[in-house]
Amino acid sequence: MTVELAVAMALFLGLVVYAVFGGADFGAGFYDLTAGGAARGAELRTAIDHSIGPVWEANHVWLIYVLVMWWTGFPTAFAAAMSTLILPLLLALLGIVLRGAGFAFRKYAPTLSQARVYGALFAGSSLIAPFFLGAAAGAIASGRVPADGQGDRWSSWLNPTSLLAGVITVACCAFLAGTFLTADTTRAGHEALAAQLRRRTLVVGAVTGVLVLGSLVPIARDAPTLADGLTGRAAPLIITSILGGMVALVLLLRRRPAAARVSAVIAVASVVVGWGVAQYPWLLVDEVTITEAAGAPATLRALLLVAVLAGVIVLPPLVYLFRLTQSVQWARD
Amino acid sequence: MIVHDALLLVSAGDPAGLLPARQQMAFTLGWHIILASFGVAFPAMIFVAHWRGVMRHDATALVLAQRWAKVSAVLFAIGAVSGTVLSFEMGLLWPGLMGTFGDVLGLPFALEGLSFFVEAIFLGIYLYGWGRMPPRRHLLMVVPMAVAGVVGTFCVVSVNAWMNTPAGFRIVHGEVTDVDPWAAMFNPIAGWQFAHMWLAAYMLVGFSIAGVYAVGMLRGRRDAHHRLGFLLPFSFASAAALVQPVVGHLLGGGLGDRQPAKLAAFELATTTESPSPLRIGGVLVDGEARWALDIPVLGSLIAQNSLTAPVRGLDTIPLQDQPPVNITHWAFQTMIGIGTLLALTVVVYWALRWWAKHDLLDRTWFLRFCAVSGPLAVVAVEAGWIATEVGRQPWVVYDVMRTAEAAGDYPSLWWLLATTVVVYTGLTVGAVLVLRSMARRWRRGERDLPSPYGPRPSLPHEDNGRDTP
Repeated sequence: MTVELAVAMALFLGLVVYAVFGGADFGAGFYDLTAGGAARGAELRTAIDHSIGPVWEANHVWLIYVLVMWWTGFPTAFAAAMSTLILPLLLALLGIVLRGAGFAFRKYAPTLSQARVYGALFAGSSLIAPFFLGAAAGAIASGRVPADGQGDRWSSWLNPTSLLAGVITVACCAFLAGTFLTADTTRAGHEALAAQLRRRTLVVGAVTGVLVLGSLVPIARDAPTLADGLTGRAAPLIITSILGGMVALVLLLRRRPAAARVSAVIAVASVVVGWGVAQYPWLLVDEVTITEAAGAPATLRALLLVAVLAGVIVLPPLVYLFRLTQSVQWARD
Repeated sequence: MIVHDALLLVSAGDPAGLLPARQQMAFTLGWHIILASFGVAFPAMIFVAHWRGVMRHDATALVLAQRWAKVSAVLFAIGAVSGTVLSFEMGLLWPGLMGTFGDVLGLPFALEGLSFFVEAIFLGIYLYGWGRMPPRRHLLMVVPMAVAGVVGTFCVVSVNAWMNTPAGFRIVHGEVTDVDPWAAMFNPIAGWQFAHMWLAAYMLVGFSIAGVYAVGMLRGRRDAHHRLGFLLPFSFASAAALVQPVVGHLLGGGLGDRQPAKLAAFELATTTESPSPLRIGGVLVDGEARWALDIPVLGSLIAQNSLTAPVRGLDTIPLQDQPPVNITHWAFQTMIGIGTLLALTVVVYWALRWWAKHDLLDRTWFLRFCAVSGPLAVVAVEAGWIATEVGRQPWVVYDVMRTAEAAGDYPSLWWLLATTVVVYTGLTVGAVLVLRSMARRWRRGERDLPSPYGPRPSLPHEDNGRDTP
């Protein structure tokens, strides 16, 4: 394996983890938004605070990791993507800023009316951010980011693949969050809440499945290179993803949310990995390959060290944090 | 004169996105640096308070640690997102810089990402660990946060230092080659510039937090809680304020060789004089320094460590290679002035306390000054960044790439700046409202600060035997 491919894989691994865990945090906003009025939604909103509060900042850092690995390892492709996709990325950024601030402010808001404003900001922008990040990914995957960065600032992301990718990203986030929240509330013993979340997650899961299957044909027409990869090299991953989603739904139906959560993670992770495999060897599809985009060799080697350090320094405490949040002591609120 | 400087920033051949990109970067960076300072310095103060609380069974200190932890939850959240804004802006606003030098300057950013990870993970563990972990282990969770803050500061500041003293690459026929990211990271001034910002963060946070308790004492709340709440951060700020002038001086050493135009602007040196005076105040009008107070020889002494060595004058530097002089000069002197004032203040406070057994905390005028010392430290940090950043112009990478070459060509960036100002104003108002309401509820004797939208407390036995703040 070449060093640039190894760096690209380390970068992409970060993206997969961000999609799964950062995505689940974003998806919680969907249930918060649709939880109903202040009284009816109180229990669910508190459960969401409790579920994503300790982890959202750590999960968010994967996005920073992806950005810095990208601009350091593949600087020209990074500059090209940033120049062409400035609009969706700025809108995603707005969503990220308002989500984080809204979430932190709401928890310590003094009055219900202020909490409502912050809560609406948190929940609404939790859906805006993944939509535009998905749309930007769709733009790259459908070959709309030219190597010189002079792509059209509107049509690059206002097209079938980008818009569908945005919607699917939001749906996947909501599905992941639903399984996570159902598992968390079940473990904490909030039975009524868990039952309500379980029903809603089943609906979200079904809608997500329909969306994914329904968008295959438009994406195949709009993005031929990606479609070739998805139906060729990446086909096993796509099948894994579909099976994972179906198994997750079945497990939810059988009231086994903890296992359903694993299956949902597999479904989302394999569709993201499938996208990466499908567009290999392109970094910017039809424009720049990973090898062509690679930065200086000494820097790529240093980045591999960073990836190893991330495995040694970051992963153990991250696992510790996740284990703590799943422990009995933390389940009490 | 500021208008003159602003006009100097715009020249006919610049891309449309240059000026708004500059203002956008300055505004968002200037906002983030305040929160970043809290991320760097606050954990150490929380640790000391928490350590006193646990190890010495000091209930007052433990309450402080619990409250500061809650405050940090709010500040670190908006710091995390405003830092993300900067990550995006590096690429969105400066594609020329990142496309050309991304693989030269990126390594410290990647390592900073790891420190940010560590800080975010342990923040999550620490904040939610109150009452859910053994007390000593819980206390230890602050240590990685504090260490990561130091490492992260070094990494980020090292990139800025690299822009001043570029290293770790060669340019052959217009192409960047022989890239050595480690040499770029450990560029000549990375160490000193890091130390300077690290101390600045401790000053900013220390004086700001101490100021909050100074206001409380002014309003008659003179209990042990307020005394410790003042003295603990004030001690950190004192240590930093005393060392800062030395570190600042060492960082400035050799500036005349590294970046003569920046030094000339700092010192408002219009011509090369031997020895150079220290020029306090003053404005550059048509190439002449007006209304300045000159102290003979002192300029050479401070800038060049010599009684005779001159500061190179602006007249030896082509106009197109000069920074906006007045902004740079005034920002630099604002930083120095405030830093000196704060250092003298802490010397007076501790000297009186140790040798005259006199505590200035009993003096209203001293508490009033302490109340504004936080904002003053903020102004000093902002002024310092303006001085070093504007003073580097017209270069983004000194003597290698001009800022105009780094900017993208977006005509509508003013809209972005306007939106950003609105959003950040909203964030500032929101943060102030939330933090003030937290303080108000604490003063009323509340401890938990439950969220207002949560379910009403139902079963009383749920709270038994729990030790949440």
